[in-house]
Amino acid sequence: MNRLAACLVFAASLSLSVPVGAQSDLAPSERKSSYEMMGAQSRSMQDDDMANPAMLSVLDGEALWRKPAGEDKKSCADCHGDARQSMRGMAARYPSYDVAAQRVVDLEERINLCQAREQKSEAFGRETKDMLALSAYLALQSRGMPIAPSQNAALERSIERGRAAYFQRQGQLNLSCANCHDDNWSRKLGGATIPQGHPTGYPIYRLEWNGVGSLQRRLRNCLTGMRAQVHGLGAAELTDLEAYLMWRARGMIMDAPGVRP
Amino acid sequence: MARALINVPAKAAKGEIIEIKTLISHPMETGFRVTFNGTLIPRDIINTFRVTYNGVEIFAAELSSAMAANPFITFTTLATESGTLEFHWAGDNGFSVTETATLVVE
Repeated sequence: MNRLAACLVFAASLSLSVPVGAQSDLAPSERKSSYEMMGAQSRSMQDDDMANPAMLSVLDGEALWRKPAGEDKKSCADCHGDARQSMRGMAARYPSYDVAAQRVVDLEERINLCQAREQKSEAFGRETKDMLALSAYLALQSRGMPIAPSQNAALERSIERGRAAYFQRQGQLNLSCANCHDDNWSRKLGGATIPQGHPTGYPIYRLEWNGVGSLQRRLRNCLTGMRAQVHGLGAAELTDLEAYLMWRARGMIMDAPGVRP
Repeated sequence: MARALINVPAKAAKGEIIEIKTLISHPMETGFRVTFNGTLIPRDIINTFRVTYNGVEIFAAELSSAMAANPFITFTTLATESGTLEFHWAGDNGFSVTETATLVVE
Protein backbone atom coordinates (compact mmCIF):
# COMPACT_ATOMS: atom_id res chain seq x y z
CA MET A 1 0.00 0.00 0.00
CA ASN A 2 2.80 2.36 0.95
CA ARG A 3 4.65 1.50 -2.22
CA LEU A 4 1.55 2.13 -4.27
CA ALA A 5 1.06 5.51 -2.62
CA ALA A 6 4.70 6.36 -3.20
CA CYS A 7 4.38 5.40 -6.87
CA LEU A 8 1.30 7.55 -7.27
CA VAL A 9 3.01 10.52 -5.67
CA PHE A 10 6.05 9.96 -7.86
CA ALA A 11 3.86 9.76 -10.97
CA ALA A 12 2.06 12.91 -9.93
CA SER A 13 5.32 14.77 -9.49
CA LEU A 14 6.58 13.51 -12.84
CA SER A 15 3.51 14.64 -14.70
CA LEU A 16 3.87 18.11 -13.25
CA SER A 17 7.58 18.61 -13.74
CA VAL A 18 8.63 19.64 -17.19
CA PRO A 19 12.08 21.26 -17.16
CA VAL A 20 13.71 19.72 -14.10
CA GLY A 21 16.01 22.14 -12.39
CA ALA A 22 15.11 25.04 -14.65
CA GLN A 23 15.52 28.20 -12.63
CA SER A 24 14.76 30.87 -15.17
CA ASP A 25 12.13 33.42 -14.28
CA LEU A 26 9.01 33.68 -16.36
CA ALA A 27 9.68 36.03 -19.30
CA PRO A 28 7.85 39.37 -18.85
CA SER A 29 6.10 38.90 -22.21
CA GLU A 30 4.68 35.57 -21.03
CA ARG A 31 3.16 36.94 -17.86
CA LYS A 32 -0.60 36.90 -17.34
CA SER A 33 -2.45 38.07 -14.28
CA SER A 34 -4.87 35.73 -12.55
CA TYR A 35 -7.58 38.21 -13.47
CA GLU A 36 -7.02 37.52 -17.16
CA MET A 37 -7.27 33.79 -16.54
CA MET A 38 -10.54 33.92 -14.57
CA GLY A 39 -13.95 33.12 -15.97
CA ALA A 40 -16.18 35.90 -17.29
CA GLN A 41 -18.47 35.76 -14.27
CA SER A 42 -15.69 36.17 -11.73
CA ARG A 43 -14.22 38.99 -13.82
CA SER A 44 -17.52 40.84 -13.98
CA MET A 45 -17.85 40.47 -10.21
CA GLN A 46 -14.52 42.22 -9.78
CA ASP A 47 -15.16 44.85 -12.44
CA ASP A 48 -18.29 46.15 -10.75
CA ASP A 49 -17.47 47.79 -7.42
CA MET A 50 -21.11 47.26 -6.48
CA ALA A 51 -20.75 43.50 -6.89
CA ASN A 52 -17.24 43.09 -5.49
CA PRO A 53 -17.71 42.04 -1.85
CA ALA A 54 -14.17 43.24 -1.02
CA MET A 55 -15.55 46.77 -1.37
CA LEU A 56 -17.45 46.19 1.90
CA SER A 57 -14.04 45.73 3.53
CA VAL A 58 -12.80 48.86 1.80
CA LEU A 59 -15.65 50.82 3.42
CA ASP A 60 -14.57 49.49 6.83
CA GLY A 61 -10.97 50.37 6.02
CA GLU A 62 -11.89 53.92 5.08
CA ALA A 63 -13.59 54.33 8.46
CA LEU A 64 -10.55 52.87 10.27
CA TRP A 65 -8.27 55.31 8.42
CA ARG A 66 -10.11 58.19 10.07
CA LYS A 67 -10.71 56.56 13.45
CA PRO A 68 -8.56 57.95 16.29
CA ALA A 69 -6.77 55.26 18.30
CA GLY A 70 -3.97 54.81 20.81
CA GLU A 71 -2.65 56.99 23.61
CA ASP A 72 -2.80 60.28 21.75
CA LYS A 73 -6.04 59.49 19.93
CA LYS A 74 -4.36 59.87 16.56
CA SER A 75 -5.85 58.51 13.37
CA CYS A 76 -3.97 57.43 10.25
CA ALA A 77 -5.44 60.49 8.53
CA ASP A 78 -3.98 62.85 11.15
CA CYS A 79 -0.47 62.09 9.87
CA HIS A 80 -1.06 60.87 6.32
CA GLY A 81 -3.99 63.04 5.29
CA ASP A 82 -6.17 61.91 2.43
CA ALA A 83 -5.22 58.33 1.57
CA ARG A 84 -6.35 58.84 -2.01
CA GLN A 85 -3.33 61.09 -2.49
CA SER A 86 -0.82 60.12 0.19
CA MET A 87 -1.19 56.37 -0.29
CA ARG A 88 -1.34 56.38 -4.08
CA GLY A 89 0.99 53.66 -5.35
CA MET A 90 2.15 52.72 -1.86
CA ALA A 91 0.84 49.13 -1.84
CA ALA A 92 2.53 48.56 -5.22
CA ARG A 93 5.94 49.10 -3.55
CA TYR A 94 5.59 46.57 -0.72
CA PRO A 95 7.27 44.48 0.69
CA SER A 96 9.80 47.20 1.38
CA TYR A 97 12.81 47.74 3.62
CA ASP A 98 11.89 49.47 6.87
CA VAL A 99 14.82 51.56 8.12
CA ALA A 100 13.75 51.69 11.77
CA ALA A 101 12.90 47.98 11.99
CA GLN A 102 16.00 47.11 9.90
CA ARG A 103 14.21 44.44 7.95
CA VAL A 104 11.97 43.91 4.98
CA VAL A 105 8.31 44.24 5.87
CA ASP A 106 5.12 43.70 3.92
CA LEU A 107 2.13 46.02 3.93
CA GLU A 108 0.41 44.32 6.90
CA GLU A 109 3.63 44.43 8.95
CA ARG A 110 4.06 48.10 8.04
CA ILE A 111 0.56 48.84 9.34
CA ASN A 112 1.36 47.02 12.58
CA LEU A 113 4.65 48.96 12.93
CA CYS A 114 2.90 52.27 12.33
CA GLN A 115 0.35 51.40 14.98
CA ALA A 116 3.07 50.54 17.50
CA ARG A 117 5.44 53.41 16.72
CA GLU A 118 3.27 56.35 15.80
CA GLN A 119 -0.21 55.62 17.00
CA LYS A 120 0.89 53.74 20.13
CA SER A 121 -2.19 51.62 19.78
CA GLU A 122 -2.68 47.91 19.91
CA ALA A 123 -1.76 46.33 16.59
CA PHE A 124 -4.58 44.73 14.62
CA GLY A 125 -2.57 41.58 14.08
CA ARG A 126 -2.53 39.66 10.85
CA GLU A 127 -5.56 38.31 9.05
CA THR A 128 -7.96 40.09 11.39
CA LYS A 129 -11.04 41.78 9.98
CA ASP A 130 -9.64 45.24 10.71
CA MET A 131 -6.23 44.51 9.21
CA LEU A 132 -7.77 43.15 6.02
CA ALA A 133 -10.11 46.13 5.84
CA LEU A 134 -7.33 48.70 6.20
CA SER A 135 -4.99 46.88 3.81
CA ALA A 136 -7.82 46.53 1.27
CA TYR A 137 -8.44 50.27 1.52
CA LEU A 138 -4.73 51.00 1.04
CA ALA A 139 -4.36 48.49 -1.80
CA LEU A 140 -7.29 50.12 -3.59
CA GLN A 141 -5.27 53.35 -3.73
CA SER A 142 -2.79 51.55 -6.01
CA ARG A 143 -5.39 50.14 -8.36
CA GLY A 144 -4.32 50.68 -11.95
CA MET A 145 -0.70 51.34 -11.04
CA PRO A 146 2.25 49.13 -11.98
CA ILE A 147 3.89 47.01 -9.29
CA ALA A 148 7.16 48.79 -8.54
CA PRO A 149 9.48 47.20 -5.95
CA SER A 150 11.94 49.69 -4.51
CA GLN A 151 15.71 49.55 -5.00
CA ASN A 152 17.38 48.44 -1.83
CA ALA A 153 20.16 45.99 -1.02
CA ALA A 154 18.25 44.37 1.85
CA LEU A 155 15.15 44.00 -0.31
CA GLU A 156 17.27 42.43 -3.06
CA ARG A 157 18.58 39.87 -0.58
CA SER A 158 15.01 39.16 0.51
CA ILE A 159 13.95 38.71 -3.12
CA GLU A 160 16.85 36.31 -3.66
CA ARG A 161 15.85 34.26 -0.63
CA GLY A 162 12.26 34.23 -1.84
CA ARG A 163 13.39 33.21 -5.30
CA ALA A 164 15.42 30.31 -3.89
CA ALA A 165 12.37 29.17 -1.88
CA TYR A 166 10.17 29.48 -4.96
CA PHE A 167 12.34 27.08 -6.97
CA GLN A 168 13.07 24.76 -4.03
CA ARG A 169 11.25 21.45 -4.12
CA GLN A 170 9.69 20.86 -0.72
CA GLY A 171 7.07 18.92 1.17
CA GLN A 172 5.78 15.38 0.88
CA LEU A 173 4.84 15.86 -2.76
CA ASN A 174 8.33 17.17 -3.54
CA LEU A 175 6.96 20.12 -5.47
CA SER A 176 8.32 23.61 -5.90
CA CYS A 177 6.16 26.67 -6.54
CA ALA A 178 7.67 26.77 -10.04
CA ASN A 179 6.41 23.27 -10.85
CA CYS A 180 2.87 24.64 -10.96
CA HIS A 181 3.12 28.36 -11.54
CA ASP A 182 5.95 28.46 -14.11
CA ASP A 183 5.74 25.05 -15.76
CA ASN A 184 2.05 24.24 -15.74
CA TRP A 185 0.10 27.47 -15.55
CA SER A 186 -3.19 27.51 -17.50
CA ARG A 187 -3.53 23.76 -16.93
CA LYS A 188 -5.94 22.26 -14.43
CA LEU A 189 -5.35 21.18 -10.88
CA GLY A 190 -8.41 19.60 -9.32
CA GLY A 191 -10.75 21.46 -11.68
CA ALA A 192 -9.17 24.86 -11.04
CA THR A 193 -7.00 26.66 -13.55
CA ILE A 194 -3.42 27.03 -12.31
CA PRO A 195 -2.53 30.72 -12.39
CA GLN A 196 0.96 32.12 -12.73
CA GLY A 197 0.75 33.41 -9.20
CA HIS A 198 1.17 37.15 -9.65
CA PRO A 199 -0.04 38.97 -6.54
CA THR A 200 -1.70 41.88 -8.35
CA GLY A 201 -4.98 41.87 -6.45
CA TYR A 202 -4.21 41.35 -2.75
CA PRO A 203 -5.93 41.38 -0.39
CA ILE A 204 -8.43 39.36 -2.41
CA TYR A 205 -12.02 38.35 -1.89
CA ARG A 206 -11.78 34.64 -2.48
CA LEU A 207 -15.08 32.93 -3.19
CA GLU A 208 -13.78 29.71 -1.69
CA TRP A 209 -13.00 31.57 1.56
CA ASN A 210 -16.30 33.40 1.62
CA GLY A 211 -14.20 36.38 2.63
CA VAL A 212 -11.16 38.60 2.25
CA GLY A 213 -7.65 37.23 2.81
CA SER A 214 -4.05 38.33 2.46
CA LEU A 215 -1.27 37.04 0.24
CA GLN A 216 0.28 35.26 3.21
CA ARG A 217 -2.95 33.35 3.77
CA ARG A 218 -2.85 32.31 0.12
CA LEU A 219 0.80 31.23 0.37
CA ARG A 220 0.01 29.17 3.45
CA ASN A 221 -2.81 27.53 1.48
CA CYS A 222 -0.39 26.59 -1.27
CA LEU A 223 2.15 25.20 1.23
CA THR A 224 -0.59 23.11 2.82
CA GLY A 225 -1.54 21.75 -0.60
CA MET A 226 2.09 20.86 -1.26
CA ARG A 227 2.19 19.17 2.15
CA ALA A 228 5.21 21.29 2.96
CA GLN A 229 6.07 23.07 6.20
CA VAL A 230 3.54 25.87 6.59
CA HIS A 231 5.25 28.98 7.92
CA GLY A 232 3.41 30.99 10.56
CA LEU A 233 1.69 34.24 9.60
CA GLY A 234 4.30 36.99 9.54
CA ALA A 235 7.25 34.59 9.18
CA ALA A 236 10.28 36.00 7.36
CA GLU A 237 10.06 33.11 4.87
CA LEU A 238 6.63 34.30 3.76
CA THR A 239 7.75 37.93 3.51
CA ASP A 240 10.68 36.80 1.32
CA LEU A 241 8.29 34.89 -0.95
CA GLU A 242 6.00 37.92 -1.13
CA ALA A 243 9.01 40.08 -2.06
CA TYR A 244 10.02 37.68 -4.83
CA LEU A 245 6.47 37.38 -6.18
CA MET A 246 6.06 41.16 -6.29
CA TRP A 247 9.43 41.47 -8.04
CA ARG A 248 8.39 38.71 -10.45
CA ALA A 249 5.21 40.70 -11.17
CA ARG A 250 7.01 44.05 -11.43
CA GLY A 251 5.37 46.35 -13.96
CA MET A 252 2.09 44.42 -13.92
CA ILE A 253 -0.99 46.45 -13.11
CA MET A 254 -2.52 46.29 -9.64
CA ASP A 255 -6.19 45.30 -9.62
CA ALA A 256 -6.72 45.20 -5.86
CA PRO A 257 -8.93 44.34 -4.15
CA GLY A 258 -9.44 41.44 -6.50
CA VAL A 259 -12.07 38.72 -6.66
CA ARG A 260 -10.68 35.24 -7.14
CA PRO A 261 -12.41 31.85 -7.33
CA MET B 1 -21.86 46.95 12.06
CA ALA B 2 -23.06 45.63 8.79
CA ARG B 3 -22.03 47.56 5.73
CA ALA B 4 -24.39 47.81 2.79
CA LEU B 5 -23.82 49.02 -0.73
CA ILE B 6 -26.85 50.07 -2.73
CA ASN B 7 -26.89 51.19 -6.33
CA VAL B 8 -30.03 52.92 -7.56
CA PRO B 9 -29.87 55.18 -10.60
CA ALA B 10 -30.12 58.81 -9.46
CA LYS B 11 -32.55 59.66 -12.24
CA ALA B 12 -34.93 57.68 -14.40
CA ALA B 13 -37.60 58.42 -17.00
CA LYS B 14 -41.21 57.64 -16.10
CA GLY B 15 -42.01 54.08 -17.12
CA GLU B 16 -38.36 53.11 -17.43
CA ILE B 17 -37.19 49.73 -16.11
CA ILE B 18 -34.36 50.33 -13.68
CA GLU B 19 -31.89 47.88 -12.17
CA ILE B 20 -31.22 48.04 -8.45
CA LYS B 21 -28.18 46.35 -6.93
CA THR B 22 -27.61 45.60 -3.26
CA LEU B 23 -24.70 44.09 -1.38
CA ILE B 24 -24.54 43.64 2.37
CA SER B 25 -21.81 42.31 4.65
CA HIS B 26 -22.95 39.25 6.54
CA PRO B 27 -21.19 35.95 7.35
CA MET B 28 -24.25 33.79 6.46
CA GLU B 29 -23.08 31.08 8.83
CA THR B 30 -24.97 27.99 7.71
CA GLY B 31 -25.54 26.29 11.06
CA PHE B 32 -24.14 23.05 9.68
CA ARG B 33 -20.45 23.66 10.26
CA VAL B 34 -18.50 22.53 13.30
CA THR B 35 -15.40 23.95 14.95
CA PHE B 36 -12.11 22.03 15.24
CA ASN B 37 -13.28 20.48 18.50
CA GLY B 38 -16.61 19.39 17.08
CA THR B 39 -19.05 21.91 18.52
CA LEU B 40 -21.69 23.15 16.14
CA ILE B 41 -21.38 26.76 15.01
CA PRO B 42 -24.88 28.19 15.48
CA ARG B 43 -26.75 29.38 12.43
CA ASP B 44 -26.43 33.10 11.75
CA ILE B 45 -28.03 34.13 8.48
CA ILE B 46 -30.17 36.86 6.99
CA ASN B 47 -33.72 35.50 6.71
CA THR B 48 -35.56 38.15 4.78
CA PHE B 49 -34.91 41.03 2.46
CA ARG B 50 -37.69 43.50 1.67
CA VAL B 51 -37.76 46.60 -0.47
CA THR B 52 -40.48 49.24 -0.48
CA TYR B 53 -40.93 52.05 -2.99
CA ASN B 54 -42.81 54.94 -1.41
CA GLY B 55 -44.20 52.52 1.15
CA VAL B 56 -45.30 49.85 -1.33
CA GLU B 57 -43.45 46.55 -1.29
CA ILE B 58 -41.84 45.94 -4.68
CA PHE B 59 -39.43 43.13 -3.89
CA ALA B 60 -39.06 40.50 -1.19
CA ALA B 61 -36.83 37.48 -0.78
CA GLU B 62 -36.37 34.73 1.75
CA LEU B 63 -32.79 33.69 2.27
CA SER B 64 -31.61 30.31 3.48
CA SER B 65 -28.58 28.49 4.81
CA ALA B 66 -27.26 27.59 1.39
CA MET B 67 -26.39 31.15 0.44
CA ALA B 68 -22.89 32.58 0.33
CA ALA B 69 -21.61 35.27 2.67
CA ASN B 70 -22.25 38.91 1.80
CA PRO B 71 -25.48 38.39 -0.20
CA PHE B 72 -25.60 40.30 -3.46
CA ILE B 73 -29.17 40.78 -4.69
CA THR B 74 -30.21 42.65 -7.81
CA PHE B 75 -33.65 43.14 -9.26
CA THR B 76 -35.49 45.45 -11.63
CA THR B 77 -38.49 47.64 -11.10
CA LEU B 78 -40.59 50.16 -12.99
CA ALA B 79 -39.81 53.81 -12.25
CA THR B 80 -43.25 55.32 -11.62
CA GLU B 81 -42.72 58.36 -9.44
CA SER B 82 -40.01 60.21 -7.55
CA GLY B 83 -39.55 58.99 -4.03
CA THR B 84 -37.72 56.83 -1.57
CA LEU B 85 -36.72 53.21 -1.74
CA GLU B 86 -36.30 51.51 1.59
CA PHE B 87 -34.23 48.36 1.91
CA HIS B 88 -34.60 46.14 4.91
CA TRP B 89 -32.58 43.06 5.83
CA ALA B 90 -33.56 40.99 8.88
CA GLY B 91 -31.99 37.85 10.26
CA ASP B 92 -30.86 35.68 13.15
CA ASN B 93 -29.63 37.19 16.42
CA GLY B 94 -31.73 40.30 15.93
CA PHE B 95 -29.93 41.32 12.77
CA SER B 96 -31.76 44.28 11.26
CA VAL B 97 -30.45 46.84 8.80
CA THR B 98 -32.43 49.47 6.97
CA GLU B 99 -31.03 51.67 4.22
CA THR B 100 -32.75 54.18 1.99
CA ALA B 101 -32.10 55.61 -1.46
CA THR B 102 -33.85 58.35 -3.37
CA LEU B 103 -34.94 58.14 -6.96
CA VAL B 104 -35.88 61.08 -9.14
CA VAL B 105 -38.36 60.28 -11.94
CA GLU B 106 -38.67 62.85 -14.67
